[in-house]
Amino acid sequence: MATPSAVTRTAGRPRRTVPTRRNTELALVLAAVLTAVLGYAEVGLNVDGAVPADAGEYGGALGVLALLAHGAVRWRAPYADPLPLPIAVLLNGVGLVVIYRLDRATPGNAAPTQLLWSSLGVGLFVLVLLLLRDHKRLQRYAYIGALVALVLLVLPIFFPPVYGSRIWITFGPFSFQPGEFAKVLLAVFFAAYLAVHRDALALTGRRVWRLRLPPGRVLAPVLAIWAAFVGVLVLETDLGTSLLFFGLFVVMLYVATARTGWIAIGLFLAAVAAVGVGRLSPHVHSRVADWLDPLGSIAAGHGANQIAQSLFAFAWGGELGAGLGSGHSALIGFAAKSDFILATIGEELGLTGLVAVFLLYALLVSRGFRTGIALRDPFGRLLAIGLAALVGLQVFVVAGGVLALIPLTGMTLPFVAQGGSSVVTNWVIVALLVRMSDIARRPGPGEGR
Amino acid sequence: MKGLGRGRGSGRRGAADGGGPPGGGPQGLPGISVTGRRAGTFCLLLTVALCVQATRVQVFRADELNHNSANQRLVVERYSQPRGSIRVGADSVTGSEPTGGRYDYKRTYTDGPLYAAVTGYSSQTYGNSQLEGTEDALLSGTDSRLASWAVWDAVARRQNPGGDVRTTVDRAVQEAAVRGLGRQKGAVAAVEPATGRILALASTPSYDPGSFAGTSADDREAWSRLQSDPDRPMLNRALRQTYPPGSTFKVVTAAAALESGVVTDVDAPTDTPNPYLLPGTSVPLVNDSAACDEPNQSLATAMALSCNSVLGRLGVEVGLRRMAATAEGFGFNEARLDTPVRAARSNFDTRMDEAQLALSSIGQFDTAATPLVMAMVAAGIANNGTVMRPQLVDSLTAADGTVVHSVRPSVYRQAVGPGTAGQVRRLMVDAVENGTGRAARIDGAVVGGKTGTAQHGVDNTGTPYAWFIAWAAPAGSAAVPPVAVAVVVADSDATEVTGGGLAAPVARAVMQAVLSR
Repeated sequence: MATPSAVTRTAGRPRRTVPTRRNTELALVLAAVLTAVLGYAEVGLNVDGAVPADAGEYGGALGVLALLAHGAVRWRAPYADPLPLPIAVLLNGVGLVVIYRLDRATPGNAAPTQLLWSSLGVGLFVLVLLLLRDHKRLQRYAYIGALVALVLLVLPIFFPPVYGSRIWITFGPFSFQPGEFAKVLLAVFFAAYLAVHRDALALTGRRVWRLRLPPGRVLAPVLAIWAAFVGVLVLETDLGTSLLFFGLFVVMLYVATARTGWIAIGLFLAAVAAVGVGRLSPHVHSRVADWLDPLGSIAAGHGANQIAQSLFAFAWGGELGAGLGSGHSALIGFAAKSDFILATIGEELGLTGLVAVFLLYALLVSRGFRTGIALRDPFGRLLAIGLAALVGLQVFVVAGGVLALIPLTGMTLPFVAQGGSSVVTNWVIVALLVRMSDIARRPGPGEGR
Repeated sequence: MKGLGRGRGSGRRGAADGGGPPGGGPQGLPGISVTGRRAGTFCLLLTVALCVQATRVQVFRADELNHNSANQRLVVERYSQPRGSIRVGADSVTGSEPTGGRYDYKRTYTDGPLYAAVTGYSSQTYGNSQLEGTEDALLSGTDSRLASWAVWDAVARRQNPGGDVRTTVDRAVQEAAVRGLGRQKGAVAAVEPATGRILALASTPSYDPGSFAGTSADDREAWSRLQSDPDRPMLNRALRQTYPPGSTFKVVTAAAALESGVVTDVDAPTDTPNPYLLPGTSVPLVNDSAACDEPNQSLATAMALSCNSVLGRLGVEVGLRRMAATAEGFGFNEARLDTPVRAARSNFDTRMDEAQLALSSIGQFDTAATPLVMAMVAAGIANNGTVMRPQLVDSLTAADGTVVHSVRPSVYRQAVGPGTAGQVRRLMVDAVENGTGRAARIDGAVVGGKTGTAQHGVDNTGTPYAWFIAWAAPAGSAAVPPVAVAVVVADSDATEVTGGGLAAPVARAVMQAVLSR
């Protein structure tokens, strides 16, 4: 308010400009691509003693994708936060390198497919930036989105289970996990619903001891949708995703209403659900047993289970790692490229590389939170925070599982793990965060007040 | 993560939510700026938890996990390149062959059964033993002594080509020992008295360590067959098994009696009654030879004829403390006798009454010795009372032949003085020339020895162990004898079991192999 009037501005003095930081982003993106190319070279040098012949092609492909994404940001979101895109490129590149490395030691050739999915992900990233000029438009489709999410989640029940979980839809050679797409739609729905009803949720309702419980008519729709999701997931025995949705639900409710009661209720419900499911499902029960005593199956004479193999891989890495291509993480066996890909990173890049990856995620998540806090509209704020929390929680659930910090649930590490649906979804999440950060930092009509 | 978690500061809260913009909290409650920061802090804490757990697993528990029996990484690394050789003289007695399986190379043995008691085994399924185990780091190339740039190699985890272990074993002596034992169950340990170098280490029946070196069904079958064999072919009887030494232990008792001054003249009559009753009992200590029943035989006669009564009484007279000290000087009661392969502990009780001491002094009761320690007894006497530390490894070399470690002879203990040793040598020569050890005589050489036939089992019903310990030198040589040997035959087809009949010929063959080098 206390700033120079319109007169001084029209008098030709330069308007205060907001730096776009696009060149910073370009430099970081190129550094990320270069890191991935060096990773390819290291794998080749360690495995074959020579730089792989296709390193140039892989590096080139990743570079083209990264530059396309950067171009889209430069063109359509010039004020966006410069960090999310380079982080996504780097994580995706590291994932491609590690999958390429595991291809050398295990059956199957997953790296080219993963590169294809990454291209699709970047395509969607560009598309979101081009088509979605303002995230607030998503608010209109919140309920339809929730319905679509539910349908996506129910679909796999009609397909055969894969490794004990009905979370896959298969069309010939293609398969994807609809739960991955559903989580974005669910975050949008929660953000839209809570933006509208947060006052009612926060201020009305009955007080029980020191907690204020929200009134039934406000809470009911949220609980119903959430219960439907969790029910579907428990039926499909996909615990990771249901844990993730549950965490998202609690975090967003708390952020919207500032009611610590939500956390208490959430933790209580989680405990009840955990005990109940643990009792009922043998699949879950064995996971919990393996978590409590990862080396127990060895003492019992059954050999090392997957979580023990995963711990062996991490331990072998030590502080500095065995070097890309020089580890033995193929011993983990099945799912080495997907759920357990972090073990290969720990084994070959060591604690140093592992912590670096964790910090990349932490940085990405924190930029999401910052965007949320910087935005002015409640829907955008909640959506940005929700999407960031989604990534953070997923990393924790996956990494905590393979490190035996929490029971193993079987989810994909964002951007890194093999799995098309996961890569594509995470590129969409980053696109939304980039779009929202652009709006948050864009100098609007009110700029300079 | 900078900027997160600052939301608790009241200044920020006021700045973000004051004035009630759309993002402000409902009616004084903290707004999204504050709750969002708190949620962000929560996500940061999750990251911290992950980093802490990763540090626990990758740093603090790494060693334990790397050495877990179900973790194949150490084995995979060990067999990822040809393993270094174990050498006998100029020849390598081991090899490595490519497998094409998960483990790139497999251990092979050129003369497996002959050297099994020396090499031990290196199996991809069942681990390592003996030299293959104690020298594993060098053989598999992980030993830091092989690295030219130790720190950088450790960071880059560069595996050097496996180094070689040069043993002290002599092929001719080893062959003589194994051939001498033949189909009997038994063991031979031969050492060079002046240096402690082990010239032969044999245990029969033997086994082929190459038969279970791999991971195939054949390997597993060979292993389980060896494990369930009642003759226990994989037991290293020369190092890892103790037997009551019987009369061969009288060498130690005689040395203790002379060293302590209980006996000053080996030819003087001793004060031994007949029958000699074990102190505090009415049980006589009987002799095998009728000539021993003559009272007051001299130590020289008693050693030549192996008189239990004389040596048992002398042991009591020397006393428990000095008997035990002398025995320990030769390697008894040593829990860590590492060649580097660890020998089982040979026992001479340090607490017992006089009757038990009398029996222990003739190598019975709880007295038990490995063939290696009995060879140290003969070697110590041969080397003027100085017992050298027995050594199986001559030197360790890198793959290019550079010596990375050379083993020097070292004194284990001065068990008795040179004078005492000289007197005991005379007694041992007499036992071979005129006494129970005549089967060990060698033309053109001076041989000193002592027989032993040890009872064992409940009420001594087991087939007795036939022992012979000896040393030999070329006639007229003033130098320390070049070989000392201990032979035990635990089981054979012979109708009459005596140390002189069964074990002495084996010792003779071994000593001859050394003398004719």
